[in-house]
Amino acid sequence: MAKQITVFLENRPGRIQTISRILKEKGLNILAFSIQDRGEFGLMKMIVDKPDEAQLALADRGMACALKEVFAVTAADQPGNLEMLTTALAENNINIKDAYGFVSTADKRGICYLEVENPQNVDVGRLIAEHGFTLIADKDLYDL
Amino acid sequence: MDIRYWNQRLETLPQPELRQLQLERLREVVGYALQTPFYKKRLPKVGISSPEDIRSLDDLKRIPFTVKDDLRQAFPKGLLAVDMEKVVRIHSSSGTTGIPTVIYYTADDLDRWTDLLARSIVATGAGPGDVFQNMMSYGLFTGGLGMHYGAERVGMAVIPVGGGNTQRQLQIMRDFRTTVLHITPSYLLHIHQRMPEFGLTPADLNLKKAWMGAEPHSENTRLKLQELFGIDIYNSYGLSEMNGPGVAFECVYKNDLHVWEDGYIIEIIDPRTGEPVEDGREGEVVFTNLIRHALPLLRYRTRDLAFLHPEPCPCGRTARRMSRITGRTDDMLIINGVNVFPSQIEEVLMSIPEVGTNYQIHLSRHEGLDRLTVKVEIYSKLFTGDLAALEALKNKINEKLRASITINSRIELHEPGSLPAFEGKAKRVVDEREKL
Repeated sequence: MAKQITVFLENRPGRIQTISRILKEKGLNILAFSIQDRGEFGLMKMIVDKPDEAQLALADRGMACALKEVFAVTAADQPGNLEMLTTALAENNINIKDAYGFVSTADKRGICYLEVENPQNVDVGRLIAEHGFTLIADKDLYDL
Repeated sequence: MDIRYWNQRLETLPQPELRQLQLERLREVVGYALQTPFYKKRLPKVGISSPEDIRSLDDLKRIPFTVKDDLRQAFPKGLLAVDMEKVVRIHSSSGTTGIPTVIYYTADDLDRWTDLLARSIVATGAGPGDVFQNMMSYGLFTGGLGMHYGAERVGMAVIPVGGGNTQRQLQIMRDFRTTVLHITPSYLLHIHQRMPEFGLTPADLNLKKAWMGAEPHSENTRLKLQELFGIDIYNSYGLSEMNGPGVAFECVYKNDLHVWEDGYIIEIIDPRTGEPVEDGREGEVVFTNLIRHALPLLRYRTRDLAFLHPEPCPCGRTARRMSRITGRTDDMLIINGVNVFPSQIEEVLMSIPEVGTNYQIHLSRHEGLDRLTVKVEIYSKLFTGDLAALEALKNKINEKLRASITINSRIELHEPGSLPAFEGKAKRVVDEREKL
């Protein structure tokens, strides 16, 4: 599992800048991020190299933030892989609450972050592995 | 000027006789008050144990003021002076602490109240032959039902449409050739803005008059609306503690509001000292209800600021006139006619752990209706990162607020520490509604 940090942000100019500045000052590296917009506010979700440090740094500045475990799945960058992954989840009736992905161009690997509903009901990790994907943890993320 | 009276004898009663009538009615009401647990405890302390202890109107000043909070503390029956079998109507409103207030009426109380409304209506020159579209909300709010019964008594054709639905309101005005409206100023403005959408101009309608109340508004707003519609607009004043509308009303001279002094004793006091102020000086309006027996209220502090005109009115009525309301002594907000105190909102917010300590109350107006937005900071320690939890929190805040203040609000979530913080007395209310 990987640790995702979620930050509560008001929807107005300069908020993402503030977050990135706080992380920069601590020398923290952002590997991936996405933003969920809900009108007057949004949630910024990030994968960073040192999630616990990032949480402390943001909380120190009074930001509302939380750490959450998500699945970080990697596969070779080739057509059909996302379809294969989502088929495996769908066939097991696993609902995806949130997901975002990108491709690391250097080594042609795709990385997908997944949050699923009731992850405790099925061994999602094993299911993913059975379909030829690799689950990675924070420390491995950095080696990609 | 076409001056009409509903009850010429009472309306033109010379001042000395009017004071004598007030004294007789005050004694009667004190008799009822002494039947209530609330006043039974309070009046003997100032030497009033029977109606005979009121020897002159000056004795009124011995009676301590009654305030809104007394009504709450007395909820539900601490101020009830008659058997419940005698009660035929109950009006109620929400309170700042979640405790509502209640007003009871006997059949005779309703009859006397209705008569003052009939008098108010006739004073504006309306009567049989008029088609009256009552656009104030019906229900627990006294504005709708009160005026309804008064208009029926006068013999107008009453359309009890209530508030909202502009298209239907305009359709009804056209279909029934409505001549008189009872409406809030903001809604009348909105109606005017919407008319082009339906291909209408005021010339397509048959409007002659409007009675405007439930919201404070300026003389300029009256003049503007009169011009826009080409009608006469009369200022109406009332509050449920004094029965509802019909406490004071303008006559055809439209030069401030005649207080129906045979029904109510008016005093204007300095809100800090409680001492009377001179005529013409602004102060807090205090009323004693002389016509309601089910729930007597003596020297009730309205929190409304106004001043009295002692000089006679050309219409011949002897009832003194009160200015339009110039302000409030407290921070009460009027949102779509509903009274809301910021403290009510604060109390609800502070009972929800996920809400931080800072909040802001925002008022704006859309399509003639007020909109309440409550901005709250989330409490960072209880933030889970879960979007569904945040949406649920918004719903929870709205539900809890609605249970307390009876109206819907838009809830906005903000970052901890982002809303303006204040030293000392916080300014938590931002009212962006155009002043009327």
